Amino acid sequence: MIDTLRLTAEQASELVRRREISPAELHAAYLEAIAARDPELHCYLHVCEEAEGEGIPIALKDVIGTRGIPTTAGSRILEGYVPVYDATVVTRLKARGLRILGKTNTDEFAMGSSTENSAYGPTRNPWDPSRVPGGSGGGSAAAVTAGLAPWALGSDTGGSIKQPSALCGNVGLRPTYGTVSRYGIVAFASSLDQVGPVARTVRDCAFLYSLIAGRDPCDSTTVDLPHPVELPEGDDLRGLRIGVPKELNEAEGIEPGVSAAVARAIERCRELGAEVGECSLPLSAEYGMPCYYLIAPAEASSNLARYDGVRYGYRARAADRVEMYARTRDEGFGDEPKRRILVGTYALSAGYYDAFYGQAQKVRTVIRREHDAAFERFDALACPTSPTVAFPLGARTQHPLAMYLSDLLTIPSCLAGLPGLNIPCGLSEGLPVGLQLIGPQFGENTLFRIGHALEQALGFDPVPARLRS
Amino acid sequence: MAVRDWEAVIGLEVHAHLKTRTKMFCRCELEYGAPENTRTCPVCLAHPGALPVPNERAIEQTIKLGLALDCGIAARAIFARKNYFYPDLPKGYQISQYEAPLAGRGRFRLPRPDGDREIGIVRAHLEEDAAKTVHAGGATGRSVGADYSLVDFNRGGTPLVEIVTEPDLRSAEEAVWFLRLLRQTIVELGISDAEMEKGTLRADVNVSVRRRGEEGYRPRWEIKNMNSFTFVGRAIEAAIRQQVAAHEAGEPVEQSTYDYDADTDRLTVHRSKEEADDYRYFPEPDLVPVEPPAELVERLRAELPERPADRIRRIEPAVGFDAAVELVTTGRDRLYDRLVAAGAEARVAANAVMNEVAAAGIDPEAVDAGELAKVLGARERLPRDVYLEAVARSADPGFAAAPFLEQEAVSDASALEPVVEAVLAANPEQVQTYLGGKEGVLGYLVGQVMRETRGKADPRVVNRLLREKLRA
Repeated sequence: MIDTLRLTAEQASELVRRREISPAELHAAYLEAIAARDPELHCYLHVCEEAEGEGIPIALKDVIGTRGIPTTAGSRILEGYVPVYDATVVTRLKARGLRILGKTNTDEFAMGSSTENSAYGPTRNPWDPSRVPGGSGGGSAAAVTAGLAPWALGSDTGGSIKQPSALCGNVGLRPTYGTVSRYGIVAFASSLDQVGPVARTVRDCAFLYSLIAGRDPCDSTTVDLPHPVELPEGDDLRGLRIGVPKELNEAEGIEPGVSAAVARAIERCRELGAEVGECSLPLSAEYGMPCYYLIAPAEASSNLARYDGVRYGYRARAADRVEMYARTRDEGFGDEPKRRILVGTYALSAGYYDAFYGQAQKVRTVIRREHDAAFERFDALACPTSPTVAFPLGARTQHPLAMYLSDLLTIPSCLAGLPGLNIPCGLSEGLPVGLQLIGPQFGENTLFRIGHALEQALGFDPVPARLRS
Repeated sequence: MAVRDWEAVIGLEVHAHLKTRTKMFCRCELEYGAPENTRTCPVCLAHPGALPVPNERAIEQTIKLGLALDCGIAARAIFARKNYFYPDLPKGYQISQYEAPLAGRGRFRLPRPDGDREIGIVRAHLEEDAAKTVHAGGATGRSVGADYSLVDFNRGGTPLVEIVTEPDLRSAEEAVWFLRLLRQTIVELGISDAEMEKGTLRADVNVSVRRRGEEGYRPRWEIKNMNSFTFVGRAIEAAIRQQVAAHEAGEPVEQSTYDYDADTDRLTVHRSKEEADDYRYFPEPDLVPVEPPAELVERLRAELPERPADRIRRIEPAVGFDAAVELVTTGRDRLYDRLVAAGAEARVAANAVMNEVAAAGIDPEAVDAGELAKVLGARERLPRDVYLEAVARSADPGFAAAPFLEQEAVSDASALEPVVEAVLAANPEQVQTYLGGKEGVLGYLVGQVMRETRGKADPRVVNRLLREKLRA
């Protein structure tokens, strides 16, 4: 009997390699776990009973296009849509024999921080089903934590990989912008969207990253990694300089339990030999949110224009073209995409462009420079991933701004295009706390090294207490 | 109404389909006339997640065009999204260029009989064309009143250059002349077929009028999607007539979009779109800026052929403006150049190329210019039919002038004199008739000399000799 709650992808690969278990049996074990626990958690929007491939299974966030497998991005407007092509990341995974286990729940078009904006109902947190798993990639994060997949892919625009990983207590990487192809990923905000791995260990996370990273001729914004991915092994942090950005560690709204766990983890870094010092990102902290909430909706308003009912997806019945557009989009989109389309359309409008979108792009450059300056002194920065632990379902759904603040600490480095790794660093009120490690451009290997050493030192048990047997 | 008191102010926006093998942002093949919706893919159908990848050939062709228009080539060109909803625009935006086009300010030298006119080029940018909508059912074939519409996405994503001029054109005739010469420039660059009938060249025209000497501009009318040179000219004439009439009558002239109705020869206000035109341009985040390497730009510059306008100016001193224009616009000036290079006299070469070569219907490019130049040199001395035969054969493989030159007319008077005297001696009746005042009989005598010389005699010399002898 396989304990999918404990099995890492690395261990699973080893079992398959040694032929102790067949890929089909492994796949079946996860299907069994899904059958047992997913009715409560609702991590999956689509489960693949059958799959090709001689490797281990993987779950994919439902914004990742999969040939022949429904891909809805959590939206009614794509209900029943079946892509005719695979996203490049899927092609790469299939080439390595990975088997698609299913498509995981997401806030509609990845817009949200709790997965409650999914048109198909929310996902629940495996640590406490009355609470959210974070979002937008709550389905992938919860599936990995609940043993419903050994690992998964998510997508991150302003925190959609890191924040759910924090709230579910696993490892999630948002890679350097441009290192992973976006071809075939349902777009939210093109200049921010990045696909990345969600896993139970840092090594699994690093390995999965190595499978998907690298230039793709189909995505003009991609580049090759300047150096190969290194699977982390060491247990010390000697020679590394870790910066602690004051504003991201002392921001209003960070729960004391979160602060305490993160402070302890940073202290462990020092004990492991790292040089720890304070730094400051004042402009990033202050202007990150408003900047993000102009750029992301602006790009989204344009990216979501293709859902017009003409070629695929949902189409409302109407008397003429204009009415067909209006009703299709009114009935097909939920509140959050509508809100962002409106904001974004406004921000790009004649007469407002310079004050909003144009200004936000300038601020973005300032944020990038501020981070660059910090990385002249440090190899990585550390702060909480989420200001709070997992919150109850419904707690923020009526308060968009409160929901947006969930990503307060993840957004600045996303705007700067930098990699960020979440690792669990302890519990607060019985719920996982995430530590966010931010690296310079292409600094993933450093993040993996720190994450792995801390993972060993902290000994966090990633299996939710209520599921331990 | 006194149209002559007014001057027209005209600017053009010209769109040309580039002649690439594949589309602008995907690798679907471009094939005119392929069955509907068979040249499509997730990218040009805007499926979720599909991303554009620019066609480098199209970028090179646009740079080439920019260089031919004396434009500055951007060191860093940026693609931008132009957002609007229409069924033939699958992404809900067109990828175009806005603030940083590939080709910036330039100028076009437009040769006129009284010197050059310089037409300012605002920009030349690269974009993708929309798909084709066909309105079906209903009475009019237009979107209003149609039962349903069909979209053919084969054309969607065709690379398109848009050339925008300054409002520097001053008459319908000048605008059409500019458009023709621009078209020829584009075609000769090998970047587009630029055929208006096929829709691979389209022009939007902006027209306003102002009193002669007046500064500034009055409201302009935009006439969209003109698809023949004739209609461009007529539409501009109509716009000028209607605007002058309105201004003189003190009626308001509003800036708007108009359609030209060829049946009534009038412009009518274009049915406006439901939505206002705010395209919400912003830099296309799916693409990185285009930074053409200096070496590429220089290579393309070196490849530029001599422009039609430059050729007109070069040829003009030798043959005159009209002949230069005709030679160049018919594309026959290359043969002219080759003939002149082979030693032909300029005007003789120009006339021969425009008249006899054109009439013979032969391919000017296939003509052996060296041999034809010899024929032209002997043209005065060759019997007319021999000369025409030589021209008609000049594009044949292995054409040689020699056999034709052997039939050179005998124009040497001393050689012809004995024959003339013999003919006069043999035709005393006709001589008497001539001397009696009926000079028409001279033709008969000439014919007799020609017969005796088997057509080789130069008729003009024979004519002169006969008159001299008869007068004596």
